[in-house]
Amino acid sequence: MELLKSGMPRDEVVTATNTVPAVIDASFSIEQGEMFVVMGLSGSGKSTLVRCLNLMHPPTSGLVRVGGRDLASLSPTELRTLRAEKVSMVFQHFGLFPHRTIIENAAWGLEIRKVPKEERREKAIEALGLVGLSGWEDSYPGELSGGMQQRVGLARALATDADVLLMDEAFSALDPLIRGEMQEQLVSLQQDLQKTIVFITHDLNEAMFLGDRIAIMKAGQVVQIGTTEEILQEPADDYVRSFVQGVDRSRVLTAGAVMEEPVGTILHREGPSAALREMRLRQTGGVLVVDKRKRLVGAATDEDVARIIRSGERSLEKIIPLEDVAKVSPDTLLADCLIPSAESRVPIAVVDDDGRLLGVIPRVTLLSALGGNDANNETEQETGKNLASANASEETEGM
Amino acid sequence: MDPTAYRIPVGDWIDLLVDWMTDNLEWLFDGIAAFLKTLIQGLEAGFLFPPSLVIILIVTAIAFYAKGWKFALFSAVTFTIMAMMGQWQAAMSTLSLVLIASAVAVIIGVPLGIIAARNDRFSSLLRPALDLMQTLPSLVYLIPAIVFFGIGQVPGAVATVIFALPPAARLTELGLRQVDAEVVEAGEAFGAAPFKILARVQIPLALPTIMAGINQVIMLALSMVVIAGMVGAGGLGAVIFRGVTRLDIGLGFEGGLSVVIIAIFLDRLTAAFGDRASKRISK
Repeated sequence: MELLKSGMPRDEVVTATNTVPAVIDASFSIEQGEMFVVMGLSGSGKSTLVRCLNLMHPPTSGLVRVGGRDLASLSPTELRTLRAEKVSMVFQHFGLFPHRTIIENAAWGLEIRKVPKEERREKAIEALGLVGLSGWEDSYPGELSGGMQQRVGLARALATDADVLLMDEAFSALDPLIRGEMQEQLVSLQQDLQKTIVFITHDLNEAMFLGDRIAIMKAGQVVQIGTTEEILQEPADDYVRSFVQGVDRSRVLTAGAVMEEPVGTILHREGPSAALREMRLRQTGGVLVVDKRKRLVGAATDEDVARIIRSGERSLEKIIPLEDVAKVSPDTLLADCLIPSAESRVPIAVVDDDGRLLGVIPRVTLLSALGGNDANNETEQETGKNLASANASEETEGM
Repeated sequence: MDPTAYRIPVGDWIDLLVDWMTDNLEWLFDGIAAFLKTLIQGLEAGFLFPPSLVIILIVTAIAFYAKGWKFALFSAVTFTIMAMMGQWQAAMSTLSLVLIASAVAVIIGVPLGIIAARNDRFSSLLRPALDLMQTLPSLVYLIPAIVFFGIGQVPGAVATVIFALPPAARLTELGLRQVDAEVVEAGEAFGAAPFKILARVQIPLALPTIMAGINQVIMLALSMVVIAGMVGAGGLGAVIFRGVTRLDIGLGFEGGLSVVIIAIFLDRLTAAFGDRASKRISK
């Protein structure tokens, strides 16, 4: 402890004391209803960290507070009550009881809490329904596939109605296809249930798909905490940078994260010559047209405007209508922006639910975001911070 | 430096200890003796009270319930042979001694195993003690047993308990330690108290191994039958002992065959219950 405080690196502490400090100096707070992902390679201390959160592994120093209560101050009985009612857990290898039926497994937490049998059964059936396992109540874990077994693990955690879910590499033991399915199911469950979830994983893609925020751990220390975008755009150090290189950016970055401020727009009533002047000024081939409440009404390319002026029109009525403008919501993944961007001659418009223009994604921005190009980072950071940045885990809307 | 030139009087110490125990712990030994004697003789009386056919039918029914008709048929035939060899009374006496001694060994051994599984220090102390119990020639502690408990079934039962107890403790510890750590963690993570985890998770999951231990206990207890017969416990041990000392090969063989019949019956019976326990888990 003292050695660590004095700043000795972990490797040296290990050789000096013959003990391994698993988690060193990890401070963070998790909001209610947040999906907080802890990512790190094996041995980085993430599993120990999550076990500190329900005191299965009491920390040697420091404070763990759940809902404002310091866990260290709880008596063993109070701690057990907390585990039974407030904080539940899902395990990497499921941790199911092979000698109990599925429903008995799901009802375990309630059984511990001495909930009456009828109510126990009801809640367990409800939880099994949530994870799509209705009809399997009386089977045994050994009769189920890995994915289904982990659904039982999830149902067991949900049945207690705990506010906090600790998921320790919950999907790591599943094969990739099932894992993807489970991730999506967890995301949609989370939208309904709004639990506070601490999810442990060694897979950055999984972390970015699920996490509202991600903590990256290395050798027992948290090296960076941030949203997917923050970690991708501003990796804290080389370790994180080397990690994010392998990430498929098009599937984790959203339109809202990379969009730029809509400078190349003109007001609806300004007319064709204003549009032409704007385009010349910006040296682009097209502009987006908005009304005075910044609602997107359409777009215009240089050809359109030139034609309108030749025909003597004074208004921008005959421009590209709204339906034909490539527009996306801020939650759209970049993967879904690629085709609109290729087909459109004006930058993709990012609009909110009311049709208000939030930002634009010129093709060059899109490409450099996908490439992880540093040259573009400055503008992205500016806009990314000011504008609403949504996360990858939310439902993607159509292009 | 010749170690043979120096003498450590271990024997004297043991003598002193035994003397002290005879003088001061008589009340305890008398109590144990009375208790064991009542149990064994009670069971024996129960076995011998009804006609042998009734017992054979009961044995057959248990065999059928445990494993099915083949085992039932086998049991019926072998127990009838045993009765017709004129060994019925001796066999029932041996059976009571073995069952009571095994029960005592399990009642002491399983909790020892449970403690050992939860406490590494206790485990490392228990292991050499169990080794000693299993390897020390039984005649060596048979003599003090006679000193403490007198001649008869009780010293035989005590020697049997000492010899047969280790597998109960060992396999209980093994079974509990083999339970998947994550499953135990899952129990804990939902706020179960240690006792609840033990009773509802660990022991059910360790049951096949514990049953294997109980099976071993019974087998070892049966192997002590002759030794017990030597100290006046009667039963098949006495029959065999008589056969050997009088060079009555036929009598010795009848006694030996009866021991084998009881051994096979108890072995298959406990193994069947063990299988049942493991089937429930792997289902």
